[in-house]
Amino acid sequence: MKIAVCIKRVPDSETRVKIASDGKSIDEAGVKFILNPYDEFAVEEGLRRKEKAGAGEVVVIALGPAAAQETIRTALAMGADRGVLLQTAGVHPDGLETARALAAELKDGGYDLILFGKMAIDDYNHQVGPMVAELLDLACVTTVAHLEIDGNRGTAEREIEGGVEVVEFPLPAVLTTDKGLNEPRYPALKGIMAAKKKPLEVKPVTPGPGALEILALTPPPERQAGKIVGEGAAAVGELVRLLREEAKVL
Amino acid sequence: MSQVLAVLEQRDGALRKVSHEVVTGARRLADALGGGGSSTVDAVILAAGPVRGAEQLGGFGADRVITLTNPAFGRYAPEAYARVLAERATAGGVSYGAVVFAASATGKDLAPRVAARLGRPLVQEITDVSVAGGAVVAVRPVYAGKALLKVRVAGTPAILSLRPNVFTPVQRPKPGTPETAAVDGSAGRVVVNQVKAAPAGTLDVAEAPIVVSGGRGLKEPANFKVLEELAAAFGGRAAVGASRAVVDAGWRPHADQVGQTGKTVSPTLYVAVGVSGAIQHLAGMRTSKVIVAINKDKDAPIFKVADYGIVGDLFEVVPKLTEEIKKLHG
Ligand SMILES: Cc1cc2nc3c(=O)[nH]c(=O)nc-3n(C[C@H](O)[C@H](O)[C@H](O)COP(=O)(O)OP(=O)(O)OC[C@H]3O[C@@H](n4cnc5c(N)ncnc54)[C@H](O)[C@@H]3O)c2cc1C
Ligand SMILES: Nc1ncnc2c1ncn2[C@@H]1O[C@H](COP(=O)(O)O)[C@@H](O)[C@H]1O
Repeated sequence: MKIAVCIKRVPDSETRVKIASDGKSIDEAGVKFILNPYDEFAVEEGLRRKEKAGAGEVVVIALGPAAAQETIRTALAMGADRGVLLQTAGVHPDGLETARALAAELKDGGYDLILFGKMAIDDYNHQVGPMVAELLDLACVTTVAHLEIDGNRGTAEREIEGGVEVVEFPLPAVLTTDKGLNEPRYPALKGIMAAKKKPLEVKPVTPGPGALEILALTPPPERQAGKIVGEGAAAVGELVRLLREEAKVL
Repeated sequence: MSQVLAVLEQRDGALRKVSHEVVTGARRLADALGGGGSSTVDAVILAAGPVRGAEQLGGFGADRVITLTNPAFGRYAPEAYARVLAERATAGGVSYGAVVFAASATGKDLAPRVAARLGRPLVQEITDVSVAGGAVVAVRPVYAGKALLKVRVAGTPAILSLRPNVFTPVQRPKPGTPETAAVDGSAGRVVVNQVKAAPAGTLDVAEAPIVVSGGRGLKEPANFKVLEELAAAFGGRAAVGASRAVVDAGWRPHADQVGQTGKTVSPTLYVAVGVSGAIQHLAGMRTSKVIVAINKDKDAPIFKVADYGIVGDLFEVVPKLTEEIKKLHG
């Protein structure tokens, strides 16, 4: 089974977000970068599918700056076979441009499965996977939390409001992974050593300019710390009064 | 360019409530694009037949309500829905200034497909929209809610999805002229062949106007009954949410998790009970309109974002609160 996993280098979720002086991006000084957590589920699923099939290849592909090689090495250390970096100066806010660049790389790869995270935890774009599927005219299921594959057909479950959809699809397919699909493995020391020798191809790319212009990146409006209404059950009466009369939400 | 296409959702032949928000957002955008001139909102619903509730959409500002029917459209059919909507967005000489979706499970899956087909950028989960110099400007939270990104969309249509509970429905009476058309074609390769529904009447945390969330302070799974009773006191308007700590412990389903690796919610009222308020939890609920925290630790970080707090033992405070809310609704 030939599997591609698209992975993104993102700031660690614990990062303090400091806005850069241009007012349009974050100040990257001191920021730790990690493999997007949702993409860990995708890498893990790729590895398991290959292990189950008993043969195949897991290729990880990242679009990003030179430093994204580290992100690729992380996935290689988990067990992926080889990596491709589509190297570009900066990653675009317009997800369609990222999707186009990835689709061009994936197009002739002959993959049975192309896996994505459901979203990147930096831009929260929530779109690149299904866009790639459309560009390549492949079947696609997003936010997959449970997956079964039998030959060239698959069944996936995805959460919807108040329920779960059970979705059938043919392979080849594009899937985006949600939390709960699996428990990603930690790279073992042996894997980390092996990863250093695995092939990592760097291809320079120039994504289009996109049609989204960043006007501003700002801190969210400060939530004023409110008031402590009181202590214990005795404060409930006053709380309800405030919710009715001041906040007007009851 | 002041025409806006609002893409609505139905389930089991009934309009989903989030559709009122989509029409409200679309109306606001159409008015802004129209700049005082004429502006129209076309609401479109894909369904197997007539949709209950469609007749109310004029009230929220829809000029036309177009139901596109196909036997395969009873359930979500991603490929066919995307094809039909992309065609609709460009057909018949209409040029839409924007296509607006709900950022629901369906909307977030469908919008990227339609955007890619149209070769247009997509701005997901927006919390605000305006028009500047004729172009759509949208705002959305990024970096787990730690920053807001404001983008301008060049060209048309702008494709947007609206975060649930942000665009509060507003009455703006318009004709809401109904139209129905049958559309051909198969569902496509990807088929939803079953929907395992949660028990009837369960509201999803991402869409409930009131969310009552519990954390490790609840001590054990059975104690969530206390929160379920509080939620029930709000008369069907509240859902019970959870912190990751209790989801990871297996006390509550992942579907109920609020936060960075769970759902993002923006209810009118969020009540955090026995939740410490870790940054990853705040990421999922800080845009709630009013936040109430009940925690026995007066230094818990949740109090830094809460509008109202009660310091105390939740097992004393919550039952009392349930009683008071019942009185209001009783
Ligand atoms: C990558 C990553 C992603 C994450 N994603 C999420 C996410 O999506 N959602 C999320 O919630 N967390 C997430 N977390 C975890 C988060 O960091 C916290 O660990 C978690 O939110 C803590 O859950 P809690 O508030 O229930 O538990 P605790 O932090 O243990 O807090 C329990 C609280 O209950 C109070 N309490 C105890 N007994 C009582 C009582 N009798 N009455 C009143 N109060 C009482 C305590 O004072 C305390 O404040 C994530 C973490 C990481 C690293
Ligand atoms: N720059 C990138 N390089 C590789 N994969 C990406 C990139 N950006 C996004 N993706 C993939 O697309 C998914 C969804 O990202 P997004 O649409 O940006 O939220 C991610 O989880 C990745 O799998």
